[in-house]
Amino acid sequence: MNKTITIDGKIVPFTDGQTIMDAALGAQVYIPHLCHNPEFKPHGSCKLCVVSVNGRNMTSCTMPAAEDMVVANNTPELNDDRKVLVQMLFVEGNHICPACEASGNCQLQAAAYYLNMLSPHFTHFYPPREVDASHPDVFLDLNRCILCELCVRASREVDGKNVFGISGRGIHAHLVVNAASGRLGDTNLVVTDRAAHVCPTGAILIKRQGYRIPIGQRTFDRKKISEVQMESTEEGKPDHE
Amino acid sequence: MNEKRKIRVATCSLAGCFGCHMSLLDIDEKLFDLLEMIEFDRTPFTDIKHCGACDIGIVEGGVSNAENAHVLKEFRDNCKILVAIGACAINGNVPALRNNIDLWDCFQEVYLYEGGLEGNQIPNDPELPLPFDKVYPVYEVVKVDYFLPGCPPSADTIWKFLTDLIEGREPKLSYEMLRYD
Ligand code: SF4
Ligand code: SF4
Ligand code: FES
Repeated sequence: MNKTITIDGKIVPFTDGQTIMDAALGAQVYIPHLCHNPEFKPHGSCKLCVVSVNGRNMTSCTMPAAEDMVVANNTPELNDDRKVLVQMLFVEGNHICPACEASGNCQLQAAAYYLNMLSPHFTHFYPPREVDASHPDVFLDLNRCILCELCVRASREVDGKNVFGISGRGIHAHLVVNAASGRLGDTNLVVTDRAAHVCPTGAILIKRQGYRIPIGQRTFDRKKISEVQMESTEEGKPDHE
Repeated sequence: MNEKRKIRVATCSLAGCFGCHMSLLDIDEKLFDLLEMIEFDRTPFTDIKHCGACDIGIVEGGVSNAENAHVLKEFRDNCKILVAIGACAINGNVPALRNNIDLWDCFQEVYLYEGGLEGNQIPNDPELPLPFDKVYPVYEVVKVDYFLPGCPPSADTIWKFLTDLIEGREPKLSYEMLRYD
């Protein structure tokens, strides 16, 4: 327990087997992340958590901490790269926040605010993706899916089901529903499943719950994502859910 | 300020809802202060038909038809600084929800199939600008110098942004002022 790394000059203790992200979360050091949720195994897809370790860029959610690592995290260069990654996610989907029920509670949006994204910068893909409203209690809007696989992991690991998967290659990679029909309504997902609540964006939404929280009182109206995600680890809770 | 030439500002709404302009008017009595510092060129608030040489051009709305593109090009050609204001100008926003629906299907739905229409036909007078297949963000058509997100940005946000720009500061928004919704 007396092994340490430094992150932005701060001495951070770790135990063997912990990743840089684990150590950072434990020490209340915020490293931006979207696909990581301490409740689940690391995924490594969003790349927001990339830090510079002894001069090399690495994903902190998958990189095991090792004695005397010198980690740079909150630097203008890394935050600029992170902003570009978030911009790529925005143009890859159809993120029309003013019409999205997740607005104000969405981690993608909150990360973009944190990184001071003023525009998505790149050419929009406007992908023709589906909305699946077949389930009585849960919506699936793939226009907002960032392929973090948190729903996939939650369904398998917590719910003991296998409702979601990822299929396709390259830009065609997309979330699929494991039913012969491909429809959420034909799975055994129920509204109380962890998978129905773990989505960091507005891709999985509970029906008849939208727009309940007044503007000004939503999660990220009041606090930055850095503060919210540090608080939730303090309380031992995985995220703002 | 007294001796100095006033900053000349043009504004327009392309595929917008005029909400960003309404939010600008929401600065209320500060409009008097604003008019001490600037004078308007072409804007929906004046009767000027074409954008002349300006310091700042403010564009609300995405680009959804040929006329939008012409107006936008005129703004770019005449304004030293071009600002995209609001979600529509920045990512197409709600109007861009039509981007995945065939344009012809949209037109038939509205002008042919909709009940209660007499002598149904799709408007085809050359006076009318032709719509584009998609709604485009302003920056995908011309170079944009600054972005002011929000649907719409709040009056306070617009005031902060404009006064920064007018007084020659790099515009800076606080966390509370940066919103996409
Ligand atoms: S999922 Fe998040 S970023 Fe995407 S439209 Fe909804 S609020 Fe905006
Ligand atoms: S639906 Fe949500 S949780 Fe599932 S992969 Fe997409 S963004 Fe992640
Ligand atoms: S949090 Fe590490 S890659 Fe997403």
